[in-house]
Amino acid sequence: MAELGSFALLLALALAAYSLLAGFFALIERRPGTERLSETARRAGIASFGAVFLAAVVLVTAAFRNDFSISYILHHSNRDLPLPYKFATLWSGQEGSLLFWSLLLSAYGLVLRLRHKTDERLFAHASVVIAAVQVFFLLLLNFAAKPFAVTQGAIPADGNGLNPLLQYPEMVIHPPMLYLGYVGFTVPFAFALGALAMRYPGEKWIHITRRWTMVTWGFLTVGIFLGAHWAYSVLGWGGYWGWDPVENASLMPWLTGTAFLHSVMMQEKRGMLKTWNMWLVFLTFWLAILGTFLTRSGIISSVHAFAQSSIGDWFGWFLILTFGVFTLLYIKNHDHLRSEHRLESLVSRESSFLFNNLLFVLACFTVLWGTWFPKISELATDRKVTVGAAFYNKVTIPVALLLLLLTAVGPLLAWRKTSLESLKRNFLWPSLGALAVGITLVALGLRFWNDISYFYALMAAMLAALVAFTVISEFVRGGRVIARHSGRNLLASMGQLWRRNTRRYGGYIVHFGIALVFIGILGTPFNREAEKEMAFGDKMALGPYTLLCRSYTQEENPNYDSDLAIIQVFKGDRQIDTLYPESRFYTASQQQQHVPAIRSTLREDLYVVYEGQNRDTGRPIIKAHLNPMVSWIWIGVLVMGFGTILSLVPNAAPVRATVRENVEAAGVRARPAPVGAGD
Amino acid sequence: MPVFLEHTSRFRLIALVFAGVLLLLGAGDDAARIDRLGHQVMCVCGCNQILLECNHVGCSYSTRMRDELTAAVTRGDSDTNVLQWFIQNYGTTVLAVPTASGFNRLAWIMPYFALIFGITLVTGIVWVWKKRPLPADPSVPAAVDGHELDRFRRQARRETEL
Repeated sequence: MAELGSFALLLALALAAYSLLAGFFALIERRPGTERLSETARRAGIASFGAVFLAAVVLVTAAFRNDFSISYILHHSNRDLPLPYKFATLWSGQEGSLLFWSLLLSAYGLVLRLRHKTDERLFAHASVVIAAVQVFFLLLLNFAAKPFAVTQGAIPADGNGLNPLLQYPEMVIHPPMLYLGYVGFTVPFAFALGALAMRYPGEKWIHITRRWTMVTWGFLTVGIFLGAHWAYSVLGWGGYWGWDPVENASLMPWLTGTAFLHSVMMQEKRGMLKTWNMWLVFLTFWLAILGTFLTRSGIISSVHAFAQSSIGDWFGWFLILTFGVFTLLYIKNHDHLRSEHRLESLVSRESSFLFNNLLFVLACFTVLWGTWFPKISELATDRKVTVGAAFYNKVTIPVALLLLLLTAVGPLLAWRKTSLESLKRNFLWPSLGALAVGITLVALGLRFWNDISYFYALMAAMLAALVAFTVISEFVRGGRVIARHSGRNLLASMGQLWRRNTRRYGGYIVHFGIALVFIGILGTPFNREAEKEMAFGDKMALGPYTLLCRSYTQEENPNYDSDLAIIQVFKGDRQIDTLYPESRFYTASQQQQHVPAIRSTLREDLYVVYEGQNRDTGRPIIKAHLNPMVSWIWIGVLVMGFGTILSLVPNAAPVRATVRENVEAAGVRARPAPVGAGD
Repeated sequence: MPVFLEHTSRFRLIALVFAGVLLLLGAGDDAARIDRLGHQVMCVCGCNQILLECNHVGCSYSTRMRDELTAAVTRGDSDTNVLQWFIQNYGTTVLAVPTASGFNRLAWIMPYFALIFGITLVTGIVWVWKKRPLPADPSVPAAVDGHELDRFRRQARRETEL
């Protein structure tokens, strides 16, 4: 099997290299016959997917067949590993995850190459860029991180098993989602680089890549939050985001990608920010690779990082090379990226996008700075420092709040210029609503002057309310107008409103989801915890709950042994639940892991961890956290995902009725815009 | 019982209660200090977690470090001395965030500097763009001034009611 896998990877490298070289020569040689060369390059690119897919199938099959003659399978699987986790072996280690990355990249390449009729020349350029990235990853797989390396010496009867932390259902979907996001940003980058190289006229490349970018962004968003949920449900420390370098690595391209999703509208609508968008899409791709470099080079210490290896050097050189190529092409063709319009007012949609981009990029810089500062400090002073969560919380929260403010304000500002009358009409009621939320919270006892974190929580609550109210008012106002004209009910009219401009109203839903996520996060300053050695019948109080230790029990599973605590949960005198926090011992890897038990409600999470036994007294230790509002984060993410899907649906036929005629009659040669197309 | 003895025992009682209150207040203060300082220090077992949040079974580092922290606070060491002790024993990486002194001050300054720089830059760009004349192009419609624009918007809103 190892030979077949290795052959498939070598074949994939040859095909991708051919696709790159033949495609490149076909683009620079404008002679008759180059079309055929270009076509062979395209087909080779398509075939490379087949070869990488074969390699991935071989590796997964080896995991299912417990083929420990392949070193990777020996180190990341074992006989008793449940089947879904055997499938997840593909991305559980360094070599397999690179193969998975390569598979996704060639799959994206396949779709791109099959859709080449849309614009053959632009797609040919993008295909060459994709092929170049493919070649890099396939070089790694063939020469530096071989997934089919054979086990040296005698083959053991069983494997070392999968890391216990990865044996959780979300781990089967979290990495693929994250990788779909990471890898997917290669596609807009490929189109951008292609458009830059060929001095592509107009904004068509942006229209083509719009859906790619949104889909990719959606995957990355879901991937990041699945990771947060996994951390919350598995790691047992009661939190969901620890500002670990690997978490930061996923956040950075998300921040620049989100900035790009917004600023690209300025290029579409107004022909502005062309240079900025070009750099932003490059930066997003580059940060995705940088994140991979961080996790695999061992240059930054992280609990998530893969083992240190030489492939960090490969990534380092690749980063330098891509930066060099992009910079050269930009210098050569930057005059092609002149803005077509000027900014007319500070209070306009354009300037809100500018500040939105500033804040996203600033947040990205802050995260990058914090992630690299230990290394910078070591180089400058020879002393390494830790940059922990407290640093990030202190410097990123104000930026996040400003972004939330722009999330509320930005979409309601008009393009070019917003009048005072329009500001009043759009913001009066949402602002009053947000103010009412703030006053209510203070009346309920939120002493924001006691602690800066309470102040931030109050601000987050008010701004999240502002976002939610502006979104609701936009839907209701537009829906009412349609209801009046069509006679439909308000809900159906709001549906119609969305169908007229799915991107705009789907985007509003995403904003609403973000407001919910912030509501979930703002509960953090009010987290409480308690820890106690609990024998049978012992009680521990936390907030309104009383935990009663009823019993301890043990279970044996093929893959692990577990100790379970049986904890009854009381609210007042009434028993409301029984929780089973668990401590597992995985036999293959000889590692222990806590699996918390969580009682989740919309108001708060009761999070109970069985921390093992006190080595001196032998008594079991139970730790409980009371985390307010956490559920709203996961609900918010679902809403964001739903909004992303809504914004991907094609628009219904636009209404182009009276606006054009009357405006033209007034003597202005304005371009007619479909009603509701003001996103 | 003689009156002065009665007074003495009352004084003793008051003194005892006062000392007890002080002791309890001190204990509460110590607990708060341990909690605060324990969140400024990392567990050095490699888990990358705050000392008081490290939850590894049998993590020998966190148990020992918690004991050391409790001992230092109980004997009345100042916050600075406690943290300094940890740095001397476990290295500079034991602190959860960079100190605001020397080169490490840069860690804190840079994001705010970038914010100020960014805002200045964007405001400057907006300013320049507002001033920038557009090349005369007959195919581009003439710019509409603010009042006219508002009038057209009102007209469009009236006619489309959106």
